[in-house]
Amino acid sequence: MSDLKTMSPGAEAPGRVVSAPVPDDGLARSRLGWLTLSPAFLWWGVFLATPLGLILVSSFFRRGPFGGVVYEFTLDNYTRAIDPLYLRVLWYSVRMALLTTAICLLVGYPAAYFIATRTSARMRNALLVLVILPFWTNFLIRTYAWIVLLNREGVINRTLQAAGLTDAPLPLLYNDFAIVLGLVYGYLPLMILPLYAALERLNPEIRESAEDLGSRPLRILRTITVPLIVPGIVAGCVFVFVPSLGNFPVPQLLGGGRRIMMGNLINQQFLDARDWPFGSTLALMLMLILMLLLVVQSRVLRRGREIGIDV
Amino acid sequence: MSESRAGTAGWLKVHMGLLFGFLYLPLVVLVVLSFNDARRSVVSWQGFSTRWYGEVFDDPQILRALGTTFVIAALATLLSVVLGTLLALGLERHTRSSVLDGAVYFPILVPDIVTGIALLSFYSLIHFTLGTGSIVIAHSVWGIAFAAAIIRTRLRGFDRSIEEASLDLGVKEIPTFLRITLPVIMPGIVSAALVVFTLSVDEFVIAYFTAGQTVTFPIQIYSMIRFGITPEINAVATLLLAFSMLLIVAALYLNRPRPDGMPELAGGRT
Repeated sequence: MSDLKTMSPGAEAPGRVVSAPVPDDGLARSRLGWLTLSPAFLWWGVFLATPLGLILVSSFFRRGPFGGVVYEFTLDNYTRAIDPLYLRVLWYSVRMALLTTAICLLVGYPAAYFIATRTSARMRNALLVLVILPFWTNFLIRTYAWIVLLNREGVINRTLQAAGLTDAPLPLLYNDFAIVLGLVYGYLPLMILPLYAALERLNPEIRESAEDLGSRPLRILRTITVPLIVPGIVAGCVFVFVPSLGNFPVPQLLGGGRRIMMGNLINQQFLDARDWPFGSTLALMLMLILMLLLVVQSRVLRRGREIGIDV
Repeated sequence: MSESRAGTAGWLKVHMGLLFGFLYLPLVVLVVLSFNDARRSVVSWQGFSTRWYGEVFDDPQILRALGTTFVIAALATLLSVVLGTLLALGLERHTRSSVLDGAVYFPILVPDIVTGIALLSFYSLIHFTLGTGSIVIAHSVWGIAFAAAIIRTRLRGFDRSIEEASLDLGVKEIPTFLRITLPVIMPGIVSAALVVFTLSVDEFVIAYFTAGQTVTFPIQIYSMIRFGITPEINAVATLLLAFSMLLIVAALYLNRPRPDGMPELAGGRT
């Protein structure tokens, strides 16, 4: 990556003939820079930053009688958000998201390792495409597929009973198992890709020399590979944990709406209870968790760079 | 050494087999069942039939939702690709700010439910009518980020000396951009357009909050799924899966080589 950066246009790559100073006095440059960068950032300023600021503001106000916000300062939404009733939902969501992340890491690591180290270039691209492809399809349909498989009359129960392995249908759907399964299914590619990217950059000679010196595979994994790909691991964990925490279709469809996660709670507050200020407060909690994770991630990246891992 | 290495390789291959089974079998089951000639949700095979596809194309609600979704996706794609191309050019050539670099990924990282409710609150505050326009804007928020990320990978491999030659020969900046730069980065732009279009067609959560009374295709699917399993949903699902996969494969193909390009494209949709 570092050599890619220095090769990037703008930096003068050694050996390249740089033609006579193109009409590129500082002024023209900065004007072009402004013209190219500002439309997108203005757009985001209006349609992302302002709305996010608005939910911060409305978290300090009261709900309107029919939805909306009444501009009367209050801290009620915050005291309510730390009520054990809601903290339990948060804790449950965090547990489910953590479990999802852990499973994705355990399942995703060997896959990323295989793709990065045991395949030819052609094969590697094919496998990566196969890993991402389901991720780019409709999330609801991927979730629905599991309803078809897991329900009482579903494919798995029918098969098990037909094979005489079970007498009665197993309760596979509408429980925590189904929710975690749905989340893992939805977000696994987001774990595999950053792990792959980190492993692919790793110099295989380090591992090989450890192997030649007689280190066991697990020891190599623990003492060499994992410490060197920590940034990839952290990125994968953030990519899986954050959307799992705020997901609402999966707990709704695969959990049967019995256990609710943060996403369902926010959805309820906005569309059913019509308590937008409280819903905003809950959404801010998600944002706060995201920000904390991003800070951790940038720390890890910086530390990685200090000890010479460049990602 | 080679023995343990071979042993590990065997286990890894089994693992890969199981992984792809896990990723694809559920989808294969859907596709197979969409051709099942069975009256209700039934899983047992009753013979091959394409009648459910016929029913899908006879269902005015589904067709209307599909039309709405295509209009939204086309507009969101146009907006995202124009702003995303400019942004990619700016980031790649006119700034080295790592803050701006990082900021570009922020719209993708914000959980979709948060983007959805934040925009809903904002639209309601400024009395913006919910419908096609509000969803187009909502989708462009992350669409721009995806488009810029993909187009940047193309710009990174760009040999600027051809632009400089054109400028040296006295061609002005804008014609140079239109005749030199744009054609070279066009595969990246088309690839970005395909990706954003697919994402917009598939996107549910943000549309759900910002749609008002408008019914997009995923919103239609959500309400169908909540009523239970039907062979019709299987057919709809199969069509949508085929559509998304086709477009994404085309996008990946257009934007191929570059070993570091893959993770960029796969950036992360939350």
